[in-house]
Amino acid sequence: MSTASSSSVRKPSESVPLQFPAGLRVLVVDDDPTCLMILEKMLRICRYEVTKCSRAEDALSVLRRYKNGFDIVLSDVHMPDMDGFKLLECIGLEMDLPVIMMSVDDGKNVVMKGVTHGACDYLIKPVRIEALKNIWQHVVRKRKNEWKDLEQSGVEDVDRQQKANEEADYSSSANEGSWRNSKRRKEDIDDAEERDDSSTLKKPRVVWSVELHQQFVGAVNQLGIEKAVPKKILELMNVPGLTRENVASHLQKYRLYLRRVSGMTLQQSNLNNTFMSAQEAFGSTLNGLDLQTLAAAGQLQPQSLATLQAAGFGRSTAKSGMPMPLVDQRNHFFSFENPKLRFSDGQQPHLNGSKPMNLLHGIPTTMEPKQLANLQQHSAQSHGNMTMQASAQGGQTSSQLMQTPQPQARSQILNECTATSVTRLPPTIQQSILPNGTAGSVLARNEFTTNSRGGGYNLISPASTMSNFPMNQTAELPGNSFPLQSTPGVSSIVPKGRFPDEVNSISDIKGSEGFVPSYDMFRDLHPQKPDWDLQHVGVTFDASQGSLDIPTAAFGHQGYASSQQNGHNRHTSTVGKAMFLLEEGSDNGNAQSMGQQLNPLFDDGSVRVKMERASETSSQTDLFSEHFGQEEDLMSALLKQQQGSIATAESELEWFHHNTPV
Amino acid sequence: MQASMEVGLMQRQWVEYTKSLFMEGFLDSQFIELQKLQDEGNPDFIVEVVSLFFEDSERLLNDLTRALEEPDVDFQKVDGHVHQLKGSSSSIGAQRVKNVCITLRSFCEEQNIEGCLRYLQQLKQETCLVKNKFENLFRMEQQIVAAGGSIPTKELLF
Repeated sequence: MSTASSSSVRKPSESVPLQFPAGLRVLVVDDDPTCLMILEKMLRICRYEVTKCSRAEDALSVLRRYKNGFDIVLSDVHMPDMDGFKLLECIGLEMDLPVIMMSVDDGKNVVMKGVTHGACDYLIKPVRIEALKNIWQHVVRKRKNEWKDLEQSGVEDVDRQQKANEEADYSSSANEGSWRNSKRRKEDIDDAEERDDSSTLKKPRVVWSVELHQQFVGAVNQLGIEKAVPKKILELMNVPGLTRENVASHLQKYRLYLRRVSGMTLQQSNLNNTFMSAQEAFGSTLNGLDLQTLAAAGQLQPQSLATLQAAGFGRSTAKSGMPMPLVDQRNHFFSFENPKLRFSDGQQPHLNGSKPMNLLHGIPTTMEPKQLANLQQHSAQSHGNMTMQASAQGGQTSSQLMQTPQPQARSQILNECTATSVTRLPPTIQQSILPNGTAGSVLARNEFTTNSRGGGYNLISPASTMSNFPMNQTAELPGNSFPLQSTPGVSSIVPKGRFPDEVNSISDIKGSEGFVPSYDMFRDLHPQKPDWDLQHVGVTFDASQGSLDIPTAAFGHQGYASSQQNGHNRHTSTVGKAMFLLEEGSDNGNAQSMGQQLNPLFDDGSVRVKMERASETSSQTDLFSEHFGQEEDLMSALLKQQQGSIATAESELEWFHHNTPV
Repeated sequence: MQASMEVGLMQRQWVEYTKSLFMEGFLDSQFIELQKLQDEGNPDFIVEVVSLFFEDSERLLNDLTRALEEPDVDFQKVDGHVHQLKGSSSSIGAQRVKNVCITLRSFCEEQNIEGCLRYLQQLKQETCLVKNKFENLFRMEQQIVAAGGSIPTKELLF
């Protein structure tokens, strides 16, 4: 975590560092431009760093892209592309950020819905600035609770030690009263990186590949989640070179994920079963997510569908309505970057009713709102859980998770998550299949396109199936409806280190969108503005279709920064930095480079925000590596997968890695 | 002297006009909140936001009209539009517009086509009215600023 000295937020124009809660990084999502503008202004007056999005999908892609780049999210309840509650759940699952709901609706039922879906507050519009001045309390409260959870999770000493490190970081932030402790400031980047390295237990970095993770999950399931201790897991896994510490930290993350997921009341009905079986069918090849999306798409082309089914989808693609939300869940845990299904209209109602997961994690919502809505609704109906669908579709990884004897809900959730991602895929796949992107299935639009944008991240489709879908390769995805406002990039895949420059494919995939809009924001930010509120950055998300592929890790958020330590991570950190830079209006070169990098990214559609480190992303294959230093292997693998296989599992892992402090 | 007297006069007129808008219900306290957000660094904030509102409301009203013209009206969609209009109008303090939205929403709930159409009409009228009011207000503001004066927003905090 950043040291005390770097903890404060510095704006170029200010010589005095801002004190907490100033600098709080807020993401505000509202489809109403008037409200959005007013909120942004109010938040800025509160001295927060504001990013605005007019679409939920964009918000998700931004959040995924800039992991740890935000402290809190403000979201409207009624949005055309996705139900605010779904977004709320997704964010809760994937990023675990505090979310405040807003609405002009003050009916008790709506407010209650906010509570049940996990909102930490509910503001009635028109929102007054006074109400916004205290939103920082939710961030602090959540962090405190999380630490408490971690402590109680019963992980072994190693984990505790890790936690202690992280906790120290957090507490130092709190003490320093600055939100930016973990942010990588330009000046702090090096420090931060160093810090991260030292804050983590200098363990050798283990890349949790799909296979490895599957082994892990298998071991955990075998032992029983309650009894799964790192030592035994390690024994069961029997992987040479893997240390107990590695397992312990992974377990910690896994537990967190499960905990979050278990909060969702998935409707377990048949979906669960099917899902489970579907997942199992998939095995490791399929990215649960991908499949799900595909399945969700329901509209997959017959060939694709067949392929998918052959791949073990089992789940009828009929789930066209699949709500991708589940995917998010999964992604949440495992680098959902990929197929974050975008739910365009009212994302599927949470089947569970508990948490509408916005499957649109990571995946730049390329899906057309309607289609997404259809998908979601459809899937929702068919499955009762969104996750189910997703999971059914694919998720090998999810299957693993699902198989956990533990709470079914969990697995379901996982499934759901995967499902979502999978569902997303279909659309994209579809698109890829149909160069025109007309792929009937909505899915194509969704995630998949997003995925492809990003360079086919996570398009989880099994290798076999993937081949059918050109989508993987970004090239196909025609810009079709990329609802993603933000950057046409791969939101879901985020970490993919695709840098626009390098990733040509991305641009292909993105095709149409070209993010420019969002990208422009960076440009604007970049140049002269002394005060780079992220607002600029965030706002444009609407415009661009791609998603900013800002390495999630980049934002090195508290404690999470560690992941960015590697050179690879640099990207993420840079991205994060970029974000910060933008926010802070730093005039350092980073910002500049960032802006530049961003631009290309945006243009490419692959939102990899390659911040300075763009150079690192040598190629598309590096996409991942760029982001997640740790994930290099994964990334590369993923990239390859994209080429021809599904990287859902990997994406999951990526997510996982990214989201959890190393 | 002359100029400052003019400015003073214009400022007073602006205050009176604004107050009347409050009294007639066109504007509510949210508009005052907006005033607080505007500052020297952002002198056109209110104008921008209000313009944005009218652009958006025009679009919403068109959508509403179309939606209500359909043979099989989708009341949920209609309600969605109205809801949005309610939100945006309330955010700029356009009280009367917001109130019509509230009424319109209840007709949507009842799936009362006639009521909806009637209130849609009223909504359009109110939107048009308040738009004119704002235009007048902004024009006065421009004149004040052109004459070297400043907008006496503080006097609105009554």
